[in-house]
Amino acid sequence: MKALIAILFTSILVDNFVLSKFLGICPFLGVSKNLNTAMGMSVAVIFVMLLSTAITWPLYMLVLVPLHVTFLYTLVFILSIAALVQFVETIMKKSMPPLYKALGIYLPLITTNCAVLGVTVLNIDKQYDFLQSMFNSLGVGVGFMLALFLFAGVRSRVDKADVPKFLKGLPITLIAASLVSLSFFGFKGMIEKLFG
Amino acid sequence: MAEKKSWISEITKGFVKENPVLRLILGTCPTLAVTTSVENGIGMGIAATFVLIGSNVAISALRKFIPDKVRIPAYITIIAGFVTIVQLLLKAFVPALDKALGIFIPLIVVNCIILARAEMFANKNPVGASALDGLGMGLGFTTALIVMGTIREVLGNGTLLGHPIPVLQNGGMIEPILIFVLAPGGFFVFGLLVATAQRLSDGIDRRAVAKGLKKAGARPECENCAAAPGCAGCGPLPTGGEG
Repeated sequence: MKALIAILFTSILVDNFVLSKFLGICPFLGVSKNLNTAMGMSVAVIFVMLLSTAITWPLYMLVLVPLHVTFLYTLVFILSIAALVQFVETIMKKSMPPLYKALGIYLPLITTNCAVLGVTVLNIDKQYDFLQSMFNSLGVGVGFMLALFLFAGVRSRVDKADVPKFLKGLPITLIAASLVSLSFFGFKGMIEKLFG
Repeated sequence: MAEKKSWISEITKGFVKENPVLRLILGTCPTLAVTTSVENGIGMGIAATFVLIGSNVAISALRKFIPDKVRIPAYITIIAGFVTIVQLLLKAFVPALDKALGIFIPLIVVNCIILARAEMFANKNPVGASALDGLGMGLGFTTALIVMGTIREVLGNGTLLGHPIPVLQNGGMIEPILIFVLAPGGFFVFGLLVATAQRLSDGIDRRAVAKGLKKAGARPECENCAAAPGCAGCGPLPTGGEG
């Protein structure tokens, strides 16, 4: 249990996907303009991450490994994530219209979000068992949400600030992201201290 | 002659005017993640260029056979196939690079430069032009990675392509600034590079407007973005897709 919680906190704070591993930068820059879209996107991402881990891990262990075709994992993973997203979208549209209305527009974008494919591949790379993989995916998703939320706040202030003309727009946003990412360095070493 | 000129412009547009990374803001994740050294940048650039050319050619050749409704899954399958080839080649011939790039090799699949070129160019143009477009875009991507990698490696590590630069070593004039090879440095250098590219391209645009060649106020990144399934950063809608 302690190991699972350590995995969870490591992926939320220390190895934050967005701020220290550079995964999921596009949605991070694209939808962090206001808190509502940031909320919608990150809930959809957490949901898809958990589901795709629940599918790709067994698929890898029970199908690809016995058949000795593990080199096909990239192809299999991206296709199952794409199919899964499509499937979830269809079901949501039919049976949960309010939820679809809230999250629907983010779902197609998630297929090409490299954080989702990234977490499924990392779970295999790190040789996590099923439970550890699920906890890692949850942590990564929550970390994504945390980064998006913090940054949406920072961004609303940056947008109002008077910045030099050539830095307006994306450049100043990236520089602000650099400072937010620097602040996450404060968590380095925390996990060893707590769970060591 | 006219034919030849358009060939060249097909390749060169990827460098400045439509540089996929610095102007179109596509493929930001690998750009930030692998540019801790020039060598990694070059490796990533070549791997992505290979996939781009391959998938552009395959998609362009199949453009009349792929039904419109399932084109995105079909493209992803083709791209993933080429990525798997690259993965196996790297693992066999340059295992050190494979290790350094790690997870970012499989993630070439979701590099939206590739899907964007498939959607915007390869499915409308003949095979030859698509191959050149892939080459041009790939070279533009590689150039951006090399520039980023050079700045970060020289300032952060005091080396260039692994060779130490005496002025920047311990005991030299200044010590290397470690933060540049860490995550915050990546965001910072990328921000400044985007600003520089914007400035340069604004200058070119202004000259073109002055000559009456181009309408004022047209933003190339958004013109091109419209069809890109995974673009980020511009426009009011959450268009962010790839990481």
